[in-house]
Amino acid sequence: MGSQLLTPAERRHQWRRRLTPYMFLLPALLIFGIFMLYPIIASLQLSFESQLNPNSGFSLDNYRRLFGDTVFRKALINTVFLLVFQVPLQLGLAMVLAVLLNSAVLKFRTAFRLIYFLPAITALFAVALIFRLLLNDEKGLINYVLNGLGVQPVPWLTNAWPAKFSLVMAITWRWTGYNMVIYLASLQSIPTELYEAAELDGAGAWAKFWAITVPMMRPTILLTTVLSTIGTLQIFDEPYLLTRSGPSNETLSMATLLYRTAFQNAEFNYASAIAYAMVLIIAVFSLLQFRIAQRGED
Amino acid sequence: MAKTKLSDELVPKPFVSRFQRGAIYLLLVVGAFLSLFPFYYMFVQASQPSSEVLRFPPHLWFGSAAWSNIQGLFANGFGRSLFNSAFIAVVYASLSVFIASLAGYAFAKFRFRGRSILFGMFLLVLMIPYHVTAVPLFQLMAKITLFGDPTWISSYQAVILPALANPFGIFLMRQSMQSLPDDLLDAARIDGAGEWRVFTSVALPTMRPTLAALAIYSFMFQWNSFFWPLIIMRDKAMETLPVRINALVGLSIIDYGQLMMGTALTTLPIMMIFIAFQRQFISGALAGAVKG
Repeated sequence: MGSQLLTPAERRHQWRRRLTPYMFLLPALLIFGIFMLYPIIASLQLSFESQLNPNSGFSLDNYRRLFGDTVFRKALINTVFLLVFQVPLQLGLAMVLAVLLNSAVLKFRTAFRLIYFLPAITALFAVALIFRLLLNDEKGLINYVLNGLGVQPVPWLTNAWPAKFSLVMAITWRWTGYNMVIYLASLQSIPTELYEAAELDGAGAWAKFWAITVPMMRPTILLTTVLSTIGTLQIFDEPYLLTRSGPSNETLSMATLLYRTAFQNAEFNYASAIAYAMVLIIAVFSLLQFRIAQRGED
Repeated sequence: MAKTKLSDELVPKPFVSRFQRGAIYLLLVVGAFLSLFPFYYMFVQASQPSSEVLRFPPHLWFGSAAWSNIQGLFANGFGRSLFNSAFIAVVYASLSVFIASLAGYAFAKFRFRGRSILFGMFLLVLMIPYHVTAVPLFQLMAKITLFGDPTWISSYQAVILPALANPFGIFLMRQSMQSLPDDLLDAARIDGAGEWRVFTSVALPTMRPTLAALAIYSFMFQWNSFFWPLIIMRDKAMETLPVRINALVGLSIIDYGQLMMGTALTTLPIMMIFIAFQRQFISGALAGAVKG
């Protein structure tokens, strides 16, 4: 349509049509620009200004300090430790539950799905506080049960390794059902004919799982892995409330260190460097997982 | 990936014997017990007087202090926090759903310059941890003096605004707006409806299920949120529920009965909404994962 053939009224109309999508986007763009994009950029800038002389221009001080900071290293190791234990545990359990629920239970499937999903709607702070009671060293229910079974009580929240394990437990409780629901939906989209064909070839349940279910669910498995990884690398509420990052920083996470640095020690520049280290680490882990998934496909 | 119609019986029955089926049921029931028990324990402890919560052996049945724990909480400013949380979550959910549907509509139903770059920008931010924004946002809120407030620290808008343009919501709305037939929109335009009318009276009404799912998701996100309100709500009168309860944990003498009652009262509304709108909840969770 040549615009020179249009009357002024038609041209005005065309202008308005062209402008329309931007008007619809305007509120989102304004808020996004001011409250997300600006802080993301400002934070990067802050991280390159020295904590001690903030107005001395570009400086790598914060990053230099970060490399030598044993507390940051501890937070990083703790967070990666959580990741390595908790992501496979939680996704493995979710897969087992989804497959079981999909294979045998026909009557109560909706009820089971509801029950398993319930922890996933609970506030993280609530999960942390409930587990704080359950895991109380002297008077918690879990130690009471262990005691009844003749097992020595475990110092769940006051000893390094048990405290890490307590976090894994609370997180697994919170997220397994969520991932199970995702897996269940994905399982149901696998064509039944595939299983029927495999059965004709004499494949058992185990063989079918590895030959059909896992390859068909690869995109979903990858996605849940990346999502849980990103989530765990950012973990804050659980270590902050369940273990209070203790004992002696043994359950300090990167996000709790960021909070402490920025809002308890008021070191805004150094905290921004910690934040960007988190961005980088998350990007590396996500990329790594996509790479591994791709290699598996060949 | 090939898709077939969902069926309830995917794996033919003969391959699961009666014994296997029994074992599977047993495992699933144990799992369900583990899933539910912490909730039960929370309610039991919420009904105990503080001195009885950490008792050995632990109580496994309800106590008689539920009402006095509630009274104690409300004497401690819980009512105000309840109002703050509810107000913030409702305003946030309504506004963010509205903004996401506007943006989703633009991305799904218009071709315009910069469309893919802008959409890509929203998606990219999904990958960046929101903790990165905390420091500059805090500094920003300390500087703004709009609307007569001395600063925006400890204000409702400081909690509501930052996550209002929710990339996940925009993504979700775009996905479902794409299924809207262009003919339907054009028919309304030919009938003389302006772009705004087309959006509000043709596009939006057909999106009700997605809007409901997103509203519930957004309400829950804000109601449960802890990190940012903990940072920005420094005035006791402005604390949301999680922040108020965290303050109770920090006291030198912790009243565990009240603490658990506070936790239970914060969890209960979400549980009730979940049971009433189970389908929307789960489709919200799946939209983020399966469709992506």
